[in-house]
Amino acid sequence: MTDNEQFEPVIIGFTCNWCSYRAADLAGTARIKYPPNIRLIRMMCSGRLDPTFVLKALAGGADGVLITGCHPGECHYLEQNYKAMRRYLLLRRVLTQMGIEAQRVKLVWASAAEGVKLAEEITKMVEEIRALGPLQWNSKQLSVNSEQISDDRSLFTAHSSQEVTA
Amino acid sequence: MSANSAKPKFAMYWAASCGGCEIAVLNIHEKILDVDANFDVVFWPVAMDAKYKDVQAMPDGAITLTLFNGGIRNNENEEMAHLLRRKSKILVAFGSCATEGCIPGLANFSSPQDIFEAAYATVSTDNPQNVRPQFRYTMPEGELRIPEFYPVLRTLDQVVKVDYYMPGCPPESHQIAAVIDLVIAALQGKAQLPPPGSTIGVGDSTVCDECKRARNEKTIKQFVRIQNLQVIDPALCLLEQGIPCNGPATRSGCGALCPLAGAQCIGCYGPAAGVVDYGARLMTAFASVIDSKDPEEVEHILDGLPDPAGQFYRFNLAGSLLRAAKPAWGK
Repeated sequence: MTDNEQFEPVIIGFTCNWCSYRAADLAGTARIKYPPNIRLIRMMCSGRLDPTFVLKALAGGADGVLITGCHPGECHYLEQNYKAMRRYLLLRRVLTQMGIEAQRVKLVWASAAEGVKLAEEITKMVEEIRALGPLQWNSKQLSVNSEQISDDRSLFTAHSSQEVTA
Repeated sequence: MSANSAKPKFAMYWAASCGGCEIAVLNIHEKILDVDANFDVVFWPVAMDAKYKDVQAMPDGAITLTLFNGGIRNNENEEMAHLLRRKSKILVAFGSCATEGCIPGLANFSSPQDIFEAAYATVSTDNPQNVRPQFRYTMPEGELRIPEFYPVLRTLDQVVKVDYYMPGCPPESHQIAAVIDLVIAALQGKAQLPPPGSTIGVGDSTVCDECKRARNEKTIKQFVRIQNLQVIDPALCLLEQGIPCNGPATRSGCGALCPLAGAQCIGCYGPAAGVVDYGARLMTAFASVIDSKDPEEVEHILDGLPDPAGQFYRFNLAGSLLRAAKPAWGK
C-alpha cells in the first residue's frame, strides 16, 4: 500500500439469524448504502459467538470485528445475547492487555427493523478503524516464522571457526 | 552409554525452560533403569557430558527418541531445534514450554526493551555500569557470540515439525513412565505408536472430569482471589465459590491435583482436546456463568479478575491464536 492509496480495513461482522442479519438484509433491500469493508457471517444467535472466532479473525488478518445481536430482552433463544454481552466485555479486557485498541472489536444490538442503524454503525466503525490503521497480525506472525538463521548469525558456525583458530 | 551399541538412541534437550521437566523425568524413579536398559542416552546436557558437535556428527535420523523441552527464545534454541529435528526419528515437544510457551512465553506480553529493562535496570539489579548483553563482542582474540534474543518466544512446532506433544508443567511422572513404556513396547513390536501429531501422556477430557468436587448449576456474583478467602468449601467446585479455576478448559491427565488440594487449576496441562484457543474457551466458560444481565454489574464482577489475560494465558500465550501482545511484535 502506498501513501496516497487509502487504507481499506477488512472487518468481519458476526450477525444473528433473527435480528441483525435481517437488519443487514433490510439495509440491502432498502438500498441503504454502507461501505463494502465488512464481511458478514451469519450465526443462529450471538450466543454462539465463541471469542475464538474473534481471535481467529484478528490473527488471520482482519482489522476489526463487529459482533451484533438482538436487543437485550429480545433474544430468540431467551437470554443468549446476555451471554454474548458478558463474553464481549471480558474479551475486550483481554484484547486491551494484548495491545489491541478497543475500537477494533465492537458489540452492537440491531433489531430486524434497524437496517438504517446497522448501516450507520458499520460506516462509523469502518472510519474509526481506517483512522487507527491496519492491524496486520498475520503478517507479524509470518515475518517471525520466516526468519532464517544465516551462517553470519549462527552460534554454531561462530563456535567452529573459533576452534579452528585456537 | 556406548555410542556403538545397537540399542535405540535417546536424547533430551532443554531450550527456554526451567529444568523442571528434567526433574520430572528423573522422578520416574526405578523406571529410569528401563530407559537405560532399552536406550543409549546419547545427548542429555543436564545429565551427561556431550557437545553440540557430537550431535552434529551423527547421521540424520540417528536418534530414535528426543524429548525436547523449552520454548524457542533465542537463536541457540532455534538451531538446536533444527538440529535435533534432523537427527531424530521421533521428536516430542515435551512439557508446557515446548508445546505452548508456558511461563517463559509470558514475556510475549512485553517488548524486548521492557524485558531487558526489567532484567538489567530495575532497583533489585546491581548493575551500576548499565551493562547489557551484546550478541557480538569483538576482542583481540576474535569475535565472541552469545545467543541472540528473539522478540517473540515461539513454541517448538512453530519452528520445526513435531511428532508428538506431551503437555504439563511438568508432565506428571506416571504419565512419563507410561509413555516410555509405550515407546519401548512399540520398539519391540508389541504396541503401536499413536498417529503423528497426537498429544500423548494425557487424558481425553478436562480437569473438571477428574475433579471429585461437587458441581451444580453455576451462577457467580463475584470472583475472589483464593488467598483472600477465610473458608473454602472442601467438597464444592471452586469456580462455583467464585475462585477462578481453569479446570473447564484444561486437559485432563494430572488427576486434578490442584483443585483436589484446595487450589485452583492454573492450566498447566494446556488446552483440552478440540480447544482451538485456550484463553477463549475460558472466557466463554467464565462469562457464561456470571449471574447478571446488567453491563455495569458485569464490569464490576469482572473487576474481580485483575489480570484476565494472565489468568487465561498463563501457560498458553505463545501457543494461542494471537501468540504475543502488540509490544512484543514491535511495529
